[in-house]
Amino acid sequence: MSGFEYILQQVINAVSLGSLYALVAVGLSIVFGVLKLTNFAHGDVMMVGAFTTVLLIGVGVPFIPALFGGIIASAIAGFLIERIAYRPVRNAPDVTRLLTSLAVTYILENVGILIFTSSPHNFPLPDSLNESWQLMGGAITFTNINILTLALTLLSLVGLGWFITKTTLGLGMRAASEDMSAAQLVGLDVNRLIVVAFIVASAFAGLAGVLWAAQAGVVQPQMGFTPLLKAFVAAIIGGFGSISGALVGGFMLGALEILIVAFLPDAITPYRDAIVFSLLIAFLLFRPGGLMQPNREIKL
Amino acid sequence: MTARVIVAGLALAVMGGIAFGAPSIMSDYFMRIILIIALNSIFVLSLSLSNGFTGVFSLGHVGFIGAGAYISGILSLTVQQKQSLLPHLPDLLNWFSLPFLPATLVAGLFTALLAVIVGYPLMRLSGYFVSVATMGFLIIVNVVLINASNFTRGARTFTGVPLDTTLPWVFGWLAVTVFVLWRLVYSPFGRRMKAVRDDTVAASAVGIDVLKTRLLAFVIGAFFAGVGGSLYAHYLGSFSPVTFYFAMTMNLIAMLVLGGMGSLSGAIIGVICVSILSELLRSVERGFTIGDITVPALYGASQIVLGFIFILIMIFRPKGIMGEREFTLGFSGSSAKSNLKQGKVK
Repeated sequence: MSGFEYILQQVINAVSLGSLYALVAVGLSIVFGVLKLTNFAHGDVMMVGAFTTVLLIGVGVPFIPALFGGIIASAIAGFLIERIAYRPVRNAPDVTRLLTSLAVTYILENVGILIFTSSPHNFPLPDSLNESWQLMGGAITFTNINILTLALTLLSLVGLGWFITKTTLGLGMRAASEDMSAAQLVGLDVNRLIVVAFIVASAFAGLAGVLWAAQAGVVQPQMGFTPLLKAFVAAIIGGFGSISGALVGGFMLGALEILIVAFLPDAITPYRDAIVFSLLIAFLLFRPGGLMQPNREIKL
Repeated sequence: MTARVIVAGLALAVMGGIAFGAPSIMSDYFMRIILIIALNSIFVLSLSLSNGFTGVFSLGHVGFIGAGAYISGILSLTVQQKQSLLPHLPDLLNWFSLPFLPATLVAGLFTALLAVIVGYPLMRLSGYFVSVATMGFLIIVNVVLINASNFTRGARTFTGVPLDTTLPWVFGWLAVTVFVLWRLVYSPFGRRMKAVRDDTVAASAVGIDVLKTRLLAFVIGAFFAGVGGSLYAHYLGSFSPVTFYFAMTMNLIAMLVLGGMGSLSGAIIGVICVSILSELLRSVERGFTIGDITVPALYGASQIVLGFIFILIMIFRPKGIMGEREFTLGFSGSSAKSNLKQGKVK
C-alpha cells in the first residue's frame, strides 16, 4: 500500500467520523445557543433513536423508514424532556440547569438499562448497507453505510441551513439564540422557539444515534456517552452555540483523531482521548469563543 | 463558641461510641453502611468546598479521589506484591512500602499538588465552562489510569491493597475534615469564598483575589479528596479506573445537592439520606413477594427513582434540604445573620 493510498483511506475515515461528530455537535449547539444549557441528555436522546430503529427493524420495517421512526422518537423524547424537566428550571442558575440535565441523563440511561439491560445488542443493519467498496486494488475500503452517513449528514445540514436562514421559525430561533430578551421584546414567542429548537436538536441526535449505532454494529443504553463527550469538544472548538462552528469543529475533531491514530507513534495512540480533552481545556482557556466566534470573551 | 464545642463533643462521642463499641453489637451489614456513609461524607464535604461554597461547579472531583486511591495503593503494596503485580514500576518506588497513615498523607499532598497544577489555569473559568473543563480533567485522569499500566495495571483490577480502613480511621479523618472545613468556611476566608460565589464582579471590586480564593478552595478540597481516596482504596482492597468515573461523580453530586450546597451539615445529611434511600431501593430492586404478588427484579429502577427525586429537588427546592443553614441542635448558628443578632458583627 503506497503512502498516497494510505492517506486517502485516512481522509475517508476522518470524514466519516467527523460527520458523526458534527451531527451530534450541531444538536448540542442549537440547544446551547437558545437556552445556554449544556445538555448532557443529548447523548441519551441518541440512544432513544437508535433503540427505536432497532425495534422497528426487528418488527420488519425496512431500514430507511425505521431510521425516520428513530428520528421521530428522538424528537418526541427531546420535546418531553424540555417540557417536563428543563422548562421548570429555565430561569434558574446555570448550575441548577446543568444538574437537571445530568439527572435526566441518569434517568434515561437507567430506563434503557431497565428495558434492554446494559449488555450490547446487535444492530440489524441490512446486508446491502454493509457491502463494502474496494478501490485501487483493495487499498481503499469503505462501506455503503459510510456513504449513507455522509450523504445524510450533508442532506440534513443543508436542510438545517435552509431552515435557519429561510423560514420564520428558523430565523426566530437564531434571533433567540442571539439575544433572548430582545427576541421577546420584538414579539417573538420564545417558548415556542425553544420547543422548536429542542425538537430540531433532538431529531439531529436521533439521526446521529442511528448512524453511530449502525457504524458500530451495536446498541446499548450507554452508547450516547462517548459521542456526547466528543461532541462537547467539537462544539467548543467551533464556538459553543454556533451551528456552523459545531460543523467545523466536528469535522476537525474527526480529522484530528484519525491523525493521532494513523500517523503518531503507537505509544501515544492510546492517549488519544487525553489529547482531545486537553485541547478542549486549552480552547476554553485561550479561545473560549472557539474558532468561529473569536471575539467572544468569557470573564471570571 | 461553647455551644459549638458541645455539639462537636457530642458528635465525637457518638462517633467514638459507634467506632469502638458498636462492632460487637451491630451486624456487619450495618457497620458497612455506616462506614460507607462516613467515607462518602468525606468525599462530599471535600466537594462542597469548591462546588458549594465557592461556586466553581467541578465535575472532576472524582479524578482527585481516583488519584489519591492509586497513589496510596501503589505506596502501600508490599515489596513482594510490587514485584509480582507491578513489575515495571520505577526503581524509585519499588523498594519500600508505606504504612496506612503516611500513605494517606502522601496521597492527599500529591493530590493537592495535582489540584494546584490543574486549578491554576482552570479556576479562571466560570459557570458551565468550568464544569465542562473539569469534566475534561476527569476523562484525562481516566485515560491516564488506564494507559499508565506500569503504575496502575491499566484497565485490569488494581489489587492487593491492605484492608486497613476501619471505622475509627474513617471517623477520625471525618472529624479532621469537618474541623478543618468548619474553621475555613466560617472564617474571613470563608466569607471571601461565598462573596466570590455570590457575585464575582463585586467580590473582585472590593479587592478579593478571585483566582486565589477559588484555587485555595479547590486545592484544599482536593487534599481531602485524595485522603478519602486513600481510605476508599484501603477499604476496597481492589479497584479499577472505572471505579472512579462518572457513576461515582453523579452519586456524590446527588448527595451534595440533596443536602444543600452551602452547608457542611447539609452535606452530611445529604449523604445519609441518599445512602439510606439507595440501600432501601436496592433491596426493592432485587424483587420481592407480598402475598401472591411477585415483583420481579428491576435493575436500574433505584437509579431512576433517585434521578426523579433529583429533578424534583432542582425544581422545587434547588437549595437542598439545608440550603445555607447549619444543623446546630438549636444552639446558635454561625451564619452571618446570627452573628449580627448577637452583636458579634457591628
